[in-house]
Amino acid sequence: MKTMKKLLTAAVASTMIASAAQAAISDNEVRIGYLADMSGTYRDLAGPNGLTALRMAVEDFGGQVNGASIRVVSADDRNSPDVASSTVRQWIEADGVDMVAGMVATSVALAAVNIIEQADKLAIISGSAASSITNEHCTPNHIHYVYDTYPLANGTAKAVVDEGGKSWFILTADYAFGHALEADIERVVTNNGGTVVQKVRHPFPTGDFSSFILQAQSSGADVVGLANAGSDTINAITTAGEFGLTQSGQSIAAMVVFLNDVHALGVDAAQGIQLTTGWYWDMNDETRAWADRFMERTGVRPGMVHAGIYSSTMHYLNAVQATGTDDTQTVRRHMMDTPINDMFATNGIIREDGRMVHDMYLAQVKTPAESTNEWDLYNIVRTIPADEAYRPLSESVCRLVNN
Amino acid sequence: MSMIFGVPIAVLSGQLLLGLINGAFYALLSLGLAVIFGLLKIINFAHGAFYMLGALCTVVLFNTLGINYWVALFLAPLIVGTLGILIEYFLLRKIANEDHIYSLLLTFGVALVIQGVLTNIYGVSGMRYAIPEVFRGGVNLGFMFLPYYRAWVIVAALVVCFGTWFMIEKTKLGSYLRAGTENSKLMQAFGINVPLLVSLTYGFGVMLAAFAGVLAAPIYSVNPVMGGNILIIVFAVVVIGGMGSIVGSIFTGLAMGIIEGLTKVFYPEASSTVIFLVMVIVLLVRPAGLFGKEA
Repeated sequence: MKTMKKLLTAAVASTMIASAAQAAISDNEVRIGYLADMSGTYRDLAGPNGLTALRMAVEDFGGQVNGASIRVVSADDRNSPDVASSTVRQWIEADGVDMVAGMVATSVALAAVNIIEQADKLAIISGSAASSITNEHCTPNHIHYVYDTYPLANGTAKAVVDEGGKSWFILTADYAFGHALEADIERVVTNNGGTVVQKVRHPFPTGDFSSFILQAQSSGADVVGLANAGSDTINAITTAGEFGLTQSGQSIAAMVVFLNDVHALGVDAAQGIQLTTGWYWDMNDETRAWADRFMERTGVRPGMVHAGIYSSTMHYLNAVQATGTDDTQTVRRHMMDTPINDMFATNGIIREDGRMVHDMYLAQVKTPAESTNEWDLYNIVRTIPADEAYRPLSESVCRLVNN
Repeated sequence: MSMIFGVPIAVLSGQLLLGLINGAFYALLSLGLAVIFGLLKIINFAHGAFYMLGALCTVVLFNTLGINYWVALFLAPLIVGTLGILIEYFLLRKIANEDHIYSLLLTFGVALVIQGVLTNIYGVSGMRYAIPEVFRGGVNLGFMFLPYYRAWVIVAALVVCFGTWFMIEKTKLGSYLRAGTENSKLMQAFGINVPLLVSLTYGFGVMLAAFAGVLAAPIYSVNPVMGGNILIIVFAVVVIGGMGSIVGSIFTGLAMGIIEGLTKVFYPEASSTVIFLVMVIVLLVRPAGLFGKEA
């Protein structure tokens, strides 16, 4: 009798789950919105090629999940929080979008998340750098997937100090992102026994860095730490090379450098620079195979953000398939419960603050002699285990974390 | 070591020299704007785009045809200048008799189109261009390390600035130009082809921007949006110098480079603002600019 009752309960329960699953994909279509800078400063970081990566994931998934089709819409956020808010609002209210992917400028990500939280939808942020996204700005409605400033400063600055770069000159982009990064670097440097001898803040953006490089040279510091990004970093490194900074015994530690930046600099100017990355296309057969497919469609090698967009979209669609619903909290819970091990991440776990932590890599830019082609750019020096790389939950001020 | 306001003199001399080099860029760019506005009354908002085209052209010529720096120094301005002449002939000429604001809007639109199309083709990460072999390395001046290329930039910019001033103010061609813009009907009655003169002048101003672009290619990140930031500064320089004043734009360009350089030492956060501060003060005291003629 007991067994009978159990069986009956199980049968009823499974019928209920099955019927719930069929009804639970809203509009019988999973709708993904891709929001990124498609034409401005951050275009090459995610941009149109990020959309390609997302579409590749949808295609590899077969274009549908549990019989429901998958539709992708996209928009250019033009690095404007206002544009981001209004776009996301329209996507959710008029188009029934379930998940928003991409997002680069931190201000854009935060504006989009604000709307997404009100509507209880999901955001998977792949492009943004600020570690505050899953710290003071965490919500139950977003996941920060690829990297943030914490492991970048942690990985690179620590490696440089350990190698004897004890005194630092920090050159900071004068806005919120730069200030946060500057604080991260200073913390890592002093905690590991180094000192910061001088800090200079340059306007954002700056075209000519010669004046700042000269100040760095006269500071006598071992290391010039760059707390900036994009064209500022490229210009600073180029100018440092021109003014013979490294020849005179100083070294450069750039915190936020992406594959497209190093490609733009070229190995002549960038050789020897250490950086922390979440992924590199030439790590193993799996990454190379995906990078080849990506290159066939875009003409360039993918950066970590592109790979992360692919991986996170796959992870999301897998969760929708497994739970049979596109209900935000059910899907997010399932994504958190499932470790991520694919061509992008090793030991990837989404924590309760929304931070996806995974192994990071300390890389060094190859010398012209080592580099065999224009995209053969990094030597992976060290793997930084996930729990060492990211801000520990014990230091978190996120409201979703019980501290 | 002797100090001024807590900064060693050696450091200060280095910054002054760097300021002068940046000033040479400003002078070259604002000179083109001043020529175009002074003679044609066109507010050329596409100037930054032409500067960018000069730099991009240098890189693309090298990457696709292997054309070296020295050839590009002449060829790139020529190509971009020709484009400028086409824009003048097919677009700007149609609105020549309208208010200044029309030329401003038209050139701004042209700049956005050029920038947008090239962003689609080349992305925004920028392209690399090596410093020409002869200018690799530099000389230690005692107070700073001066890369040979920067020394070349200042020499080239000053020679071109002086040449332009000389041509417009001291030669017969220059006097035709000035007369043609003063009273074009009368000049045409004398048998001088004023529309051709106008096209060539615009083309020449554009060439100056492209020339600055070629000079910039080896030392700055070359990308389709590089012209946008510098354009606003250069406009401020022209306003401070006096709209359309040739001597004014050269002098102010150099002076603003130095002021900006010093700000980078004493209060770096303000270095992108200081030029506009000077602009406000100059406009309050001398509304026509330092070298402008009061209307």
